[in-house]
Amino acid sequence: MRLPPAERTRSALKPTKKALWCLRLGTLAAAFLLIGIGLARGEHLGVLQKAVRICLECIGIG
Amino acid sequence: MPGMHRNRIISRQRVIQLVSAALCNGYAVGFQKGRIFTGGSKAVCVPVLNCYSCPGALGACPIGALQTALGTKRHFPFYVLGTLMLFGVLLGRAVCGLLCPFGLVQDLLYKLPVPKPRVPRRLDRPARYFKYVVLAVLVVLLPALAVTEAGIASPYFCQYLCPAGTLGGGIPLLLADPMLRQVAGALFRWKVVILVVILAVSAGICRPFCKYLCPLGAFYSVFNRFSFYQMDLDKRKCVDCKQCEKTCPMNVQVTQDINSLECIRCGACKTVCPTGAISSAFK
Repeated sequence: MRLPPAERTRSALKPTKKALWCLRLGTLAAAFLLIGIGLARGEHLGVLQKAVRICLECIGIG
Repeated sequence: MPGMHRNRIISRQRVIQLVSAALCNGYAVGFQKGRIFTGGSKAVCVPVLNCYSCPGALGACPIGALQTALGTKRHFPFYVLGTLMLFGVLLGRAVCGLLCPFGLVQDLLYKLPVPKPRVPRRLDRPARYFKYVVLAVLVVLLPALAVTEAGIASPYFCQYLCPAGTLGGGIPLLLADPMLRQVAGALFRWKVVILVVILAVSAGICRPFCKYLCPLGAFYSVFNRFSFYQMDLDKRKCVDCKQCEKTCPMNVQVTQDINSLECIRCGACKTVCPTGAISSAFK
């Protein structure tokens, strides 16, 4: 049976199971790496500093 | 039994949404006193669009934190981006469908008994890309490039567009604080207009903000096809009744592309499937 063009493209682009797991685990590792670098640079303190003050722009005043 | 969840008084999705909204905004005293929470948990970004200036907010908004890192600190936002990638690769847009408090507000408004017009496909499809423009322009490019004389940039998305900030932060704070009411001007009125329009449209069109404007949804959509949490359609059980596609609030073509970038994993398709062909799980 011939698939419609959109479905054919999707099937062609669908990663194999191995590629899917590589992508997932690679992204997960990259996420943890970025968080680790951010923590080491103290970026979470910058987030905290901003979040504990009322952000006047965010509420439409600033 | 397939379709057995249809008669529940409150769906599993709604329970998760309510718990998530309560967890993200658990500082109830803040609403009463008109003050925001200042504890250490605010160093952690929540996965959803939940303004850190909401009096109840216990965590930081990732979109606000991303703009601040780009606009004020002038460096690559390792921490915020890593956090967003973590939630993205684990859940994809299940964050939108199950955890986001502003998604819950839109879902509840859509329950109102008003006419539900269907957006024509030729309008709907291109409009879906607008959220990527919002992400690129208002959240990344303008905060990173449009710097004021003082060397800082505004959080443009929060300042000019974000309805969650007005609903969760602006209105409760202004109600509780007369000083803030005095300084609120044209910008606040603009944001209230945006909020009212989005809420009004939400009564007729399901989740218009998520479909067309949300930069966080745009970011998470990138992970939808390979996140650990996936939807699955068993084609051997599918009888092609299209009930799933008729029910899908995001108008996903479930039988052709179940893990579409637009799927928010709300589980509506799973609930109506008469043969139990649709499932969702971490895999």
